[in-house]
Amino acid sequence: MANLFASAGSASSVSGPPSGGDYAADSIFRGLAWLSAFLIIALTGYILWEILREAFPAMQAYGLGFITGTTWNVNTGQFGVLPEIWGTLYSSLLALFLGGIFGIAIAIFLTQDFLDHRVATVFRTIIEMLAAIPSVVFGLWGIFVLIPLLKPGAEWLHSQFGWFPLFSTDLAGPGMAPAALVLAIMILPTVAAISVDAFRRIPYKVKEAAYGMGTTRWEAILKVMLPTASSGLLAALVLGFGRALGETMALAMLIGNANQISLSLFSPANTLASLLASTFPEAGQLEVQALMYAALVLLVITFIVNVLGLAVQQYTIRKFEGKK
Amino acid sequence: MSDFDLTRSSEAARPMPQLARQGFEARALKSGLLTGLTWLAALLAAVPLISVMYLLLVKGGSRLFGADFAEVLTGLPPAGFELGGGIGPAIVGTLVMVGIASVLSIPIGILAAIYLGVLEPRSRLANTSRFLAKVLTGFPSIMAGVFVYAVLVIHWGYSAWAGGIALAVLMLRTVVLAAEEAIAQVPQRMKDAAYGMGCTRTQVIWKVVLPTGLPGILTGVLLAVAGAAGESAPLLFTALFSNYFISELSEPTASLSILIYNFSGMPFPNQIELAWTASLVLVLIVLMFNILARLIVQPKV
Repeated sequence: MANLFASAGSASSVSGPPSGGDYAADSIFRGLAWLSAFLIIALTGYILWEILREAFPAMQAYGLGFITGTTWNVNTGQFGVLPEIWGTLYSSLLALFLGGIFGIAIAIFLTQDFLDHRVATVFRTIIEMLAAIPSVVFGLWGIFVLIPLLKPGAEWLHSQFGWFPLFSTDLAGPGMAPAALVLAIMILPTVAAISVDAFRRIPYKVKEAAYGMGTTRWEAILKVMLPTASSGLLAALVLGFGRALGETMALAMLIGNANQISLSLFSPANTLASLLASTFPEAGQLEVQALMYAALVLLVITFIVNVLGLAVQQYTIRKFEGKK
Repeated sequence: MSDFDLTRSSEAARPMPQLARQGFEARALKSGLLTGLTWLAALLAAVPLISVMYLLLVKGGSRLFGADFAEVLTGLPPAGFELGGGIGPAIVGTLVMVGIASVLSIPIGILAAIYLGVLEPRSRLANTSRFLAKVLTGFPSIMAGVFVYAVLVIHWGYSAWAGGIALAVLMLRTVVLAAEEAIAQVPQRMKDAAYGMGCTRTQVIWKVVLPTGLPGILTGVLLAVAGAAGESAPLLFTALFSNYFISELSEPTASLSILIYNFSGMPFPNQIELAWTASLVLVLIVLMFNILARLIVQPKV
């Protein structure tokens, strides 16, 4: 007869409390995880601190005049970024206008039963691939495809409607129009993806209720789906705007790097990010300080826009899912 | 029940509403018009991608798939009016710097994601860290370059290290957010079952959370690598450029994206052709990681 108590506490058992080694490994591992999470905070703080520190001499020297100044001249030591701030905001707004319309149209197209499920997946992949194309490749495409393509149209618009501020100059090569167009293409996937998310959050019964009342598909979309998704769409637009503000390489290649403020779509301009990209590699010490100040200005603008966008997005998620 | 009697005889006396769809009614026309416009917008949005891919294949492919493809892939960049040449150093440089960035950012990113997703998801540290990772996602990528310039390049000069670290800063945020999302998908009951068997939290993470979340984490990591390979702004004044193969990590290093940027502005057709070839190679590398990321099958849990 087997002894019922024989196996209790014997070494042959597979079960047992965690050993001291297990506890030690646990502490070490959790410590590492804590450290990594903390590192993100430290890194963000360090980035801010470093840029502030490097920009500080320029901030002292130029003060707020840096933001309202319009000349960038190394030889005379005059630095002002108003044209760059203008160019950054203007190009991003133009891109947001185009990219926003197309992005939301595509989100409607993908979520409101226009396509068979599988075709919609293929199409969504195409739009996502657009986001994977590197910025420089879009820049190259812009230089050799888009600018030659836009030139005849720009010439005609300038000659016919030259009195209109938007067409007051000719497109000599790089300029605002090709830059904004490429920028629109680049933010399109961002806007589309977040908008798709916004539409997907709407419970299906909302649409069914609209159809049940006899609406056409577009009456349902315009009067029910769009208003319901509005905060999510706003988040998509704000975050798309944020992406446009910081986009660098394609703009450095396409916008013409001219230090001027103009409403014209065809005149060259400059943005904060492309100023950094085109001037930094060859800058002397004094100019580097001014560039750090410019980087700080860009950082502040994008930070405000992004936090705003994230807040709207968070608000949307809570609206549909309840407070988490 | 009599209130809902559908066979009431008075029904016939009332005029029937017109319920059939009328194709030429104003609202039906409007609906049709808007549908047409949406199709147009969607097709127009696909044009740039098709145009870019077509030109890459035509202009870049002629050199890459031509007779001298070996020279293109391994040769040194040509100078001035020189013909021929290749993009060898740039390919190697891109791979080396993306490698440095991956080694630095992936372990830290996944560890941070474990803290955010499993260990203390609601703690103040986790909330701050998560918020900052999202804010970093909105940072212009050139900021990573500015930061590394201020920290490293000013003291030690341009190097592959500086370029790799700048890319790591950018990869970190992507890895953290993607890995956290993948980890959050692991059902609580699986973790509960493991805790119920007496596992320490580390054992739960290694034996349950990570294996279950692995496909999602891998997808996020591969997308981050793809993104880093295509970046150029942060390399511009950290790694700079070099016409020669990398021999030391502390030297200026070539990369595909900077080669494209430099050559696109040159007046020589040979360089511009090479810029297209480099673009094709870069897009192929980026797309390869992207497609790999999509091929990983997400398990249904």
